[in-house]
Amino acid sequence: MFGFSSAQWKGFLLLVALIIVLPYVLYPIFLMRVLCMALFACAFNLMIGYVGLLSFGHAAFFGMGSYVAAWTIKYWHVDAVVAIILGGATGALLGLVLGYLAIRRSGIYFAMITLALAQMVYFFCLEAPFTGGEDGIQQVPRGHLFGVINLNHDMAMYWVVAVVFIGGFLLIHRIIHSPFGQVLKAIRENEPRATSLGYRTDDYKLIAFILSSMLSGVAGGTKALVFGIATLTDVHYSTSGEVVLTTLLGGLGTVFGPVVGATVVTAMENYLAQFGSWVTVTQGAIFMICVIAFRRGIVGEIGAALKLGL
Amino acid sequence: MSLSRRILLGTAAAASTLPLVRRAHAQAPTLKIGVLNDLSGPYRDTGGVTSVICAKQAIEEYASANGLNVEVISADHQNKPDLAVSIARQWFDRDGVDVLMDVPTSSVALAVQSVVREKNKIFLAVGPASIALTTTQCSPNMITWVYDTYMLAKSTGGAMVKAGGNSWYFLTADYAFGKQLQADTTKFVQAAGGKVLGSAPYPFPGTTDFSSFLVQAQSSGAKVLGLANAGGDTVNSIKQANEFGINKSMSLAALLMFITDVHALGLQTAKGLVLTESYYWDLNDGTRNFCNKIKGKSPNNWPNMIHAGCYSATLHYLKTAKEMGAAEAKKDGAATVARMKKLPVEDECFGKTTIREDGRHLVPAYLFEVKTPAESKGPWDYFKLRVTTPADEAALPLAEGHCAFIGKA
Amino acid sequence: MIMIFGVPGPLLFGQLLLGLINGAFYALLSLGLAVIFGMLNIINFAHGALFMMGAFAAWMLLQYGGIGYFPALILAPLIIGAFGILLEKTLIRHMYKLDHLYGLLLTFGMALVIEGLFRNYYGSSGLPYQIPGVLEGAANLGFMFLPIYRGWVVAAALVVCFATWAILEKTSLGATLRAATENAALVQAFGVDVPRVITLTFGGGVALAAFAGVLAAPIYSVNPNMGDNFINTVFAVVVIGGMGSILGAILSGFGLGVIEGLTKVFWPQASATVVFVVMVIVLLTMPRGLFGKRA
Repeated sequence: MFGFSSAQWKGFLLLVALIIVLPYVLYPIFLMRVLCMALFACAFNLMIGYVGLLSFGHAAFFGMGSYVAAWTIKYWHVDAVVAIILGGATGALLGLVLGYLAIRRSGIYFAMITLALAQMVYFFCLEAPFTGGEDGIQQVPRGHLFGVINLNHDMAMYWVVAVVFIGGFLLIHRIIHSPFGQVLKAIRENEPRATSLGYRTDDYKLIAFILSSMLSGVAGGTKALVFGIATLTDVHYSTSGEVVLTTLLGGLGTVFGPVVGATVVTAMENYLAQFGSWVTVTQGAIFMICVIAFRRGIVGEIGAALKLGL
Repeated sequence: MSLSRRILLGTAAAASTLPLVRRAHAQAPTLKIGVLNDLSGPYRDTGGVTSVICAKQAIEEYASANGLNVEVISADHQNKPDLAVSIARQWFDRDGVDVLMDVPTSSVALAVQSVVREKNKIFLAVGPASIALTTTQCSPNMITWVYDTYMLAKSTGGAMVKAGGNSWYFLTADYAFGKQLQADTTKFVQAAGGKVLGSAPYPFPGTTDFSSFLVQAQSSGAKVLGLANAGGDTVNSIKQANEFGINKSMSLAALLMFITDVHALGLQTAKGLVLTESYYWDLNDGTRNFCNKIKGKSPNNWPNMIHAGCYSATLHYLKTAKEMGAAEAKKDGAATVARMKKLPVEDECFGKTTIREDGRHLVPAYLFEVKTPAESKGPWDYFKLRVTTPADEAALPLAEGHCAFIGKA
Repeated sequence: MIMIFGVPGPLLFGQLLLGLINGAFYALLSLGLAVIFGMLNIINFAHGALFMMGAFAAWMLLQYGGIGYFPALILAPLIIGAFGILLEKTLIRHMYKLDHLYGLLLTFGMALVIEGLFRNYYGSSGLPYQIPGVLEGAANLGFMFLPIYRGWVVAAALVVCFATWAILEKTSLGATLRAATENAALVQAFGVDVPRVITLTFGGGVALAAFAGVLAAPIYSVNPNMGDNFINTVFAVVVIGGMGSILGAILSGFGLGVIEGLTKVFWPQASATVVFVVMVIVLLTMPRGLFGKRA
C-alpha cells in the first residue's frame, strides 16, 4: 500500500527497529531533534524530489507551526496532540496562501518567490507581539497526552515524537504511491504533456505544496514541545537553507535520504558546537561536495552502488 | 556444578563491590563548568574564547591549591535560544555539568535559565544584559555578574544629562533588548530633567545603513544621540555618524559598548564616545594585574567586563565550593547559589563586592570617555574615567524589582 | 516649511537623496550578479561573500602593504577577480551543464565556507578602515549635509555601471560575450576561445563585487557578515530588474534604493522587507522581471 519495494520494506523495518532501540543507547533529546528534522526534511523532499520544485522558504511553515503549537499549549492549555495538529493546520493554511502565489512560477523564480514570501513571514513574526520577538515563546510546557500521560518524562515524549514521525513518513509514501502521486510524477517528467492530457497541473502542485507545508508545520509543532521553545530561528532563511542541505546530503527524491541527512546534519551541529564557526564552514563544504561530486546524496549513492531504489 | 555457580555468584558479588569500595578512596568529585557563548557571531570578541580563558585562569589559580578538581568545557550557542537549550540539557543530563557560564544575548539567557532551574543547577549569567533576569525572570539558581540594562541606562543616561546633555534622540534596534534599553534610559533622562525629542527604530537584525535614521536624528536638534543597540550595529552607526558629521553637533552615547568594540572602531572614529563598563584594565593595580595575566593568552582581545566577570564568577564559585565541599556543591544548585550570596566576593577585578538576594552581583559602574589618538599612550589605552556610580546605586532597588522568590524559604 | 504627508520637506528630500545613494550601491552590487547570470546562467549566491572579500582585500592592502584607498580600488578587484577566476576554473564550470539550481546550491555552499573562514580568523567585531582624507567632510546642501564620500560613491557607481553597460551592449567584445553564451559552439567555430571568455566574464562579475566592497569599506564595518545583509536585497534587485538584464539591474537598483529610503521615513521597521514585497508583486505580474530576457 505504500509502494515500497522489498529493499525499501527492509529499510523501513530497520528504521523502526533503530527508533525503538536507540533511545536506550543515545541521548533521547538528540534523537527527538533528529526525528523532527527528519520529518521536516521528508516533507520538503515531497516538493523537490517528487514535484521537482525547490522551495527556499519552507522555514515559514516549520516556524509558524512551531509558534502556534507553543502558543496554544502555553496559553490555552490544550492537549499536546491538539497543539501539534494546530501546528500542522497552520502550516497547511500558510501553504495554501503562499503556494497559491508561488505555484504559478517554476524553477529559479519559484525558489526566489518562496524565499521572498518566507522573508515576509519572518518579518511578521518579528513584529507580531504573540511571537515574543527575539525572545520567542519560552517555557512551553509539554503538557499531557490525551489528558493522561505526562510528557515531561523524556521517554514518554520520545515515543510520541516517534509515532508522529513514523505516521508522517508513511503518510508521505502513501501519497506518493497513489494515483495522485502518479500524476505528480507525470508533471515532474513532462508538464506540458500532463496538461495536454487534461490534468490541471497547478492544482496538483498546489495540493502537494499544502501537504508538504502541513507536515512541516507538524514537525515544527512537535519540535516546539520537545524543547519548550519557539524562536525566530525557526522562521529564519537559514533554517530553510538547512533543510535543503539536509535533503541534498541525504539524497533528493529518495525514501530514506531525508532521514539520513537529518541524522548527519543534527549530529554535526550538536557535536561540533564547541568549534564555533567551523560548523558553518563544514556545512558549506558539505554543500559544495554534494553538489559537485555527490549529487545523489548518501542514500542515493548507496542505492546506486547496491542497484536498489532507496 | 551448583557449588561452582555459587562460587561464581559469590565472586561476582564481591567483585561488584570492589569498584564501589575503590571509589570511596578515589579523588574528590569533579566540578564541571560549561561556558556557553557566541564563538562565531557578532559577540565573538565581546565574550568568546577570552571568556573561557578567564574562567580557566581562575581555575589555575585556585583549584589545585585548594584540593578541587575542576573541568571547563565550552560550546557555541550561535545566539540561538533553541540551540542553547539543547546544549544545556545535554550538558546537564549527560555530561555532568554543574555551572553554566556567560551566555550573552538576553533571549538566549532567558531560555536557558528555565532549564537550569528545572535541573537545579547553577547559572552564572555574566554575558546577558536584560534586567528581567533579576526581576520578572529571577531565579534562585542564577546570578547576574557584571551589568544590566538599568546600570547602563543610569550611568550613561543619567550622567550624560548631568553633564549637560539634556535633550536626547534615540537610534534603537527594534527588538526587545533595544526597546528596553531605550525605555530605561528615557526614565533616567526625564528624571534628571532632560527631554527625549524622538526616536528612530530600525529593523533588527539586518540593517547596515543608518544614514536615513541619523539624518532624522540630526534634524531633531537634540544634544545627545543615544545608541540603543549593540555589537556590529553600534560600530556601524558610530562610523556613519562620523561620516555625516553628527559627532560635531551631537554627543554620542553608546548605551551598550565594550572596549573590544572601541578597538574595532579605532580611536580616530571612536574618540569622544561615552560608554559604561564595570571593569577597565587600567583602573587600578588589581585590574592591571589581572589584565597582564590574560593579555598574553589573548593578545588580540584584551579583557572587557564580561571577561573579567567570568574570572570573578568562577573564582567565587570555587571558593564557595571549597567551603561547602565539592560533593555538597554539586548536589543542589540553589543551595550553592544561596551560599555564594552569603560569602563576600573579593578579587582583583572588582575588589570587595557582595551579591544581593535577587541574584544581582553589586558592582560599581564607571562612565568612560574614549580618548583621542593623541591622548592614548599605549596599546588599548582607550578610556578616561568620567563618573563612578557606586555599587549599591548602580542596581535597581530590590523593592522595585518584584523578584518572586525572595522572602520565601 | 513644507510638510509632505506629515514629514518636513527638507527631511523627505534628504531621505530621497540617501535612498538614491543606497540605490547606487545596490545597482553596482547587482551589476556583477546580473552579468554572471546573464552571461553564464549561474546564480551566484557567493556574491555577498566576494563583496566582503573585496572590502577585506582593501583592508589587508592597507594593513600589510601600506597601500591606500585609491590604488586599492584597482588592486582589490583585480585580486578578488583572479580568485573568482580560480573558483570558476575549479568549481563553477562543472555547473554549466546542470540545472540552474545546482549552481545556486554550490555558490550558497561557497558563501558559507568563505564567510565561516573569515569569521574564524577575523572575528565579527569588524575592522577599522578610514575614509580617505581627500573625501572626508560634508557639503551643506541646505536641506541636509551630504558627506562627500557618499557623493563619490554615487559618482563612481554611475561611471562603472555605465561603462559596464556600454562594454557589454555597445562594443564588439560585448557582442562576442553575448554571442558566446547564446551559441557557444558557433562562436567557438569562429576561433574565439569560448571557455576563456566565460572564465574572464565570471572574473569580471566578481571584480565588480569586489569594487563595491572597497567602496563600502570606509562606510560600513569591515566584517565577515557584511555580505549577508546585502545579498538578499541584491537578489531582489536582480530578480525585479530581470535576471539577465544589465540595464534592469541598474535601474531597479536605484529604484529600490529610493523606495527603501522612503519606507524608512514613513514606516522604518518595514524598510528591510519592502524590497521583498516589491519582488513578489513584480514576479507575479511580470514573470521575467522588468527587463528580463527570456530564461
